[in-house]
Amino acid sequence: MSVQQFTPQAFHRQAHEALGDPQIRANFRRAMDGLMTKRRDVFTDWDLETLRELGANIRLRALAKLPDLLEQLETNCQTNGIRVHWAEDGEAACRIIRELCEARGAKSVIKGKSMVSEEMHLNAHLEAAGIEALESDLGEYLVQLNEQTPSHIIMPAIHLNTDEISEIMHDKTGTERTRDVDYMTAAARAQLRERFMSADVGVSGVNFAVAETGTLCLVENEGNGRMTTTVPPMHIAVTGIEKVVEHLRDVPPLYALLTRSATGQHVTTYFNMISSPRKPGEHDGPEEVHLVLVDNGRSNIYQDDELLDTLRCIRCGACMNHCPVYTRVGGHTYGTTYPGPIGKILMPHMLGLEATKDLPSASSLCGACGEVCPVKIPIPDLLVRLRKEAVGEGRGNVPGAGVKRNRKEVAAWKSWQWLATHPAAWRGSTAVAGKLRGLAPSRVGPWTEYRSAPKLAKTSLHALVKAHRRAKDEGGES
Amino acid sequence: MTPVKLYPAKPDKVYVFGTCLIDLFYPEAGLDAIRLLEREGIEVIFPDDQTCCGQPAYTSGYHDEARAVAEAQLSLFPEPWPIIVPSGSCGGMMRTHYPQLFAGTPREAEAREVASRIYELTEFLVHVCHVRLEDKGRTEKVAMHTSCSARREMGLAETGPALLAQLGGVELVEQARAAECCGFGGTFAVRHPEVSAAMVEDKTLAIEAAGAEHFVTSDCGCLMNIGGRFEHQKKSLGGEHIASYLWRRTS
Repeated sequence: MSVQQFTPQAFHRQAHEALGDPQIRANFRRAMDGLMTKRRDVFTDWDLETLRELGANIRLRALAKLPDLLEQLETNCQTNGIRVHWAEDGEAACRIIRELCEARGAKSVIKGKSMVSEEMHLNAHLEAAGIEALESDLGEYLVQLNEQTPSHIIMPAIHLNTDEISEIMHDKTGTERTRDVDYMTAAARAQLRERFMSADVGVSGVNFAVAETGTLCLVENEGNGRMTTTVPPMHIAVTGIEKVVEHLRDVPPLYALLTRSATGQHVTTYFNMISSPRKPGEHDGPEEVHLVLVDNGRSNIYQDDELLDTLRCIRCGACMNHCPVYTRVGGHTYGTTYPGPIGKILMPHMLGLEATKDLPSASSLCGACGEVCPVKIPIPDLLVRLRKEAVGEGRGNVPGAGVKRNRKEVAAWKSWQWLATHPAAWRGSTAVAGKLRGLAPSRVGPWTEYRSAPKLAKTSLHALVKAHRRAKDEGGES
Repeated sequence: MTPVKLYPAKPDKVYVFGTCLIDLFYPEAGLDAIRLLEREGIEVIFPDDQTCCGQPAYTSGYHDEARAVAEAQLSLFPEPWPIIVPSGSCGGMMRTHYPQLFAGTPREAEAREVASRIYELTEFLVHVCHVRLEDKGRTEKVAMHTSCSARREMGLAETGPALLAQLGGVELVEQARAAECCGFGGTFAVRHPEVSAAMVEDKTLAIEAAGAEHFVTSDCGCLMNIGGRFEHQKKSLGGEHIASYLWRRTS
């Protein structure tokens, strides 16, 4: 299956195309406005700042103990009968899952929603091995039918409106063209139900992996997560190594933050806690449960005290919902598995700063993302840090560090530095600039395609203050 | 969110850090800020050797260059007087990022001390001066755009509107999505001009739709962006820095 191609290298072109597409812009604006309102309304009965502080501390504590907690998670999962596998990168994780499928002679996989599986391109890998992978989250299902990738980490098909969804379903599954959402949902449900019953393997993600109990928590609304993890004879859970939390009691605050921040819900329709395969005498549940823990650059992020904060993320998507850039260009424009603010601080670690060089700069540093982040990730600070890595001398541990460093820009900043550290020269040049302002260009690059050029003042503030002082000394007001 | 700040009593003297955008493009706004402070009976010291807070280099990732420029500003405020900055963006840089920028350097303690004396102009007028304004201007509908730095980095969403609310002739109208960024973002507007343009387009439309006849902002970056967009479209709706607006209507 060919998937519609977006790449981070083509960010500018993709942004240009998205900005020129009124349908895309309207779909995102409407959806993001709705999500922001829902989040705001659902937190009214909570002391949000206290809860965010708690969430941040739970995540920081888990990260501080990460190596130990991962070992504890492994031990407790194994004790519970869940087999644990470690994957250094996405490719290794794909191989592990494929081999588990092949060992059972599996031909079809049903998937619950998992961004890590997107990150490692699991579907393509399985298909190449002759194993069909079908998405069962409704949004993921639609995106897969339409041969696209998710445009949002929580709402994968948020870029599509009702008419577009109707058209896709009509085209690919033969349903009637309609605006009746219930009809379309029921049709998808019926199509998927068949597949749940016949799938050989279920693959899901994990929201929280509890170290002290060896429990995998899965948050969802459609019941597809429960079907995926209980109906097929084998369940493979796949997740990033940062998703571990220490205690079971750490889960409720994070869950409260996650559902409220993501979709403005008090609780989700389903909250699954998976702690073992089917036990003797039980009537349902998979015979085998596996957990694949994926590193894929995360332990490299972990080495850096500042960048480490990236790993606090609980994947709620609130940063994208509130991002003025994401709202305008949509998720596909980023060309990366994770779009929006979290994508801009996470993807450079996975793809390198060369491929993602336009992402950290694609922010006005307005701070809306950091303001809503349920675990208080200082996203704007991390964007600045990555900008610094990109233009630095290449000694940082982010892959591709130094890739944007060029002599012209360095020289420009050095000149600026010289001027701004030589006050007399600064005053002299602002005075000259004021005198020569008539020569200033009325067009300055792309700025003036949309705005008038800023006008240099005839007299600088330094000079105005001087005159003001003189006037005061003479007893008058200036 | 900035933690609750304990504000001092009104001092006899303050420093003003005018910012480079004001110095070059909007000097009147800087002078009006000084006039507003002087009218409160405060002596204003304007260190002549000030240039730029260093923010453009800082947000672009050139931290050595930013530190060198910031370091040149640190020595300008030797006395323990408050430092008033008529910009949330430069104020946020000096209050929040100076301590980060100098962490682990010999001047860290000094940077922290200077940071602790930074006040954004409207914050200082409201919380320290407890200013009382008497409006002499005509009746008009005004929209306020609080910069993202003032709103989020410094936690000052309320001080600008609070000052405008004291002006009897001003009807403060709220534009849709008032908290959303105007799209300036310093080098962002240059590196991602189309996205920035889409943002300022929406901001100007929202200000117009709110019925505003005029807009004010506490940051010259936003002013250059939003005002530049209105001017480019030859709209009569203009804007100015809040310092100039307050001075103009009350002097």
